[in-house]
Amino acid sequence: MKKALNAIANVSLIIGCCLYLFPIYIVLVNSFKNRAELYESITALPASFSFEHYARAMEKMVFLDALKNSFLVTVISIAFIVALASMCAWMLARTASKLSNAIFMIFVATMLIPFQTLMMPLMQEMSWAKNTLRLPMTDTIGGLVYMYIGFGSSMAVFLYHGFIKTIPKSLEEAAAIDGCTAFGIFWRIVFPILQPVTVTVAILDVIWIWNDYLLPSLTLISKANRTIPLSTASFFGQFTIQWNMAMAGLMLTITPVIVFYLLAQKHIIKGVASGAVK
Amino acid sequence: MRKTSAGWYMLFVFPLFFIFSTVVLAPFFMGIIYSFVSWDGLPLNPKTFTGFDNYLKMLSDARFVSSSLRTAYFTLISIVAINVLALAFALVATTSLKARNVARTMLFMPYLIGGLILGYIWKFILGDAFKALGEATGLSSIFFNWLIDPNFAVFALVVVTTWQMAGYVMIIYITGIQGIPEEVIEAAEVDGAGFWTKLIRIKFPLIMQSFTICLFLSISSCFKIFDVNLSLTGGGPYNSTEMFAMNIYNEIFSLNNYGYGQSKAIAFFLAAACLTLAQVVITKKKEVEIQ
Repeated sequence: MKKALNAIANVSLIIGCCLYLFPIYIVLVNSFKNRAELYESITALPASFSFEHYARAMEKMVFLDALKNSFLVTVISIAFIVALASMCAWMLARTASKLSNAIFMIFVATMLIPFQTLMMPLMQEMSWAKNTLRLPMTDTIGGLVYMYIGFGSSMAVFLYHGFIKTIPKSLEEAAAIDGCTAFGIFWRIVFPILQPVTVTVAILDVIWIWNDYLLPSLTLISKANRTIPLSTASFFGQFTIQWNMAMAGLMLTITPVIVFYLLAQKHIIKGVASGAVK
Repeated sequence: MRKTSAGWYMLFVFPLFFIFSTVVLAPFFMGIIYSFVSWDGLPLNPKTFTGFDNYLKMLSDARFVSSSLRTAYFTLISIVAINVLALAFALVATTSLKARNVARTMLFMPYLIGGLILGYIWKFILGDAFKALGEATGLSSIFFNWLIDPNFAVFALVVVTTWQMAGYVMIIYITGIQGIPEEVIEAAEVDGAGFWTKLIRIKFPLIMQSFTICLFLSISSCFKIFDVNLSLTGGGPYNSTEMFAMNIYNEIFSLNNYGYGQSKAIAFFLAAACLTLAQVVITKKKEVEIQ
């Protein structure tokens, strides 16, 4: 009796969760249907699986280019954020001075500033840098990466700083006595210990940068530079009425996210939890 | 203690602090200055200093006032919906059921998809799919295109935001509930505490810190909603779902009032900062610590 109840509870929990994800099912099934089928029943399975809409959506969204751009922006930004923020946080945590304190407090305090407060002056500054200093800051992947490093630094420094304070200094001191430079100590001894925070920072930043729309929409103008959210938005602007093709486009954009989630599920949930709790 | 030279200090701290200063600090201070001028965004046109005029203008700007009030109303409903749902999910995901881990994985998934894409997915469901459903079932008082009715369109934003955030907030509640020592729950059971007594008298006070974090996260992300707003309703019909962040965006980049729009952006910052700080101060007081 108890066993049966338990089984029922398990099954109904899974059914409940499937219902919760019903919108994704709707997108999936309708991406295969033709127009008449779609309006006949939105929830029914498709009569046949045709990948015709996928092929067209891929072409219209310039999907592979967008995927490449999103991938480059995300990976390069995170590599820089992790390297620079861990170095900075370690030095700030290990050099007790008023300056270190002040810099750390500035990083933390600016976490309260919403992006909308900075967007207009930032764009003015970046176009000034482009026109006056001849630096390629706008409409380039490099310029976008530069801005992501700036926006990602506060939280990364905050997370690394908190962790570094909990690890003992003795190893670092021993290495210093052996004549190791600060650079050597950091990369050979400290950075490997910071690995849990590095995973957290990387996960949180993947979710943020991969899905970010507003910043790239302000900086990237050329079609060739578009990231996935930008190409989805422009695709949607053109094909709202053709829902089956729009659904195929949406499936294309969410597939990389779902694959990433299934591969790194444990790290993602852990990373998100520890990032939020601190 | 090892002495670090100024050179090493610079090498480690300067690169990041330089980038951070040019991307965050400089635009922040420039933004404060821009908020006191009148300017249409064209480089050749003059920027006229107008003192506090921009800030006073906000009070009589009907579109702005209604969008701020709407944002407050939206935030309030959403944080209740998100936290109630997330807490219920967390309680289910911390039972002894075998399916709990699968459930947690599935419920968290929408959070990863990103607001813009979620908005597009739901645009189809709450728009055309709802209309078709209404015609098929005859329940057209509930199932109709929500996105063309001003009241229901705001509610549509609540639905999508809740769907996005509940799984995320659930993760934080789970962390809190798992942190409660077994003995405390067992002791309560020995004393004859039922499900509700355990929940309200024991679990809730011990996860106060999770409440702080969850409220903090849901308030700040709902208050700053932009992506879902853009893709789901685009602010329409007739600006009836335009939230604070989108109002700023439109004022600057659509209406070309760069100075005035920036003063709203500064007000947005002040409001967001006050909300966050007030909330942290209030809930910190209520926390219970286990000795």
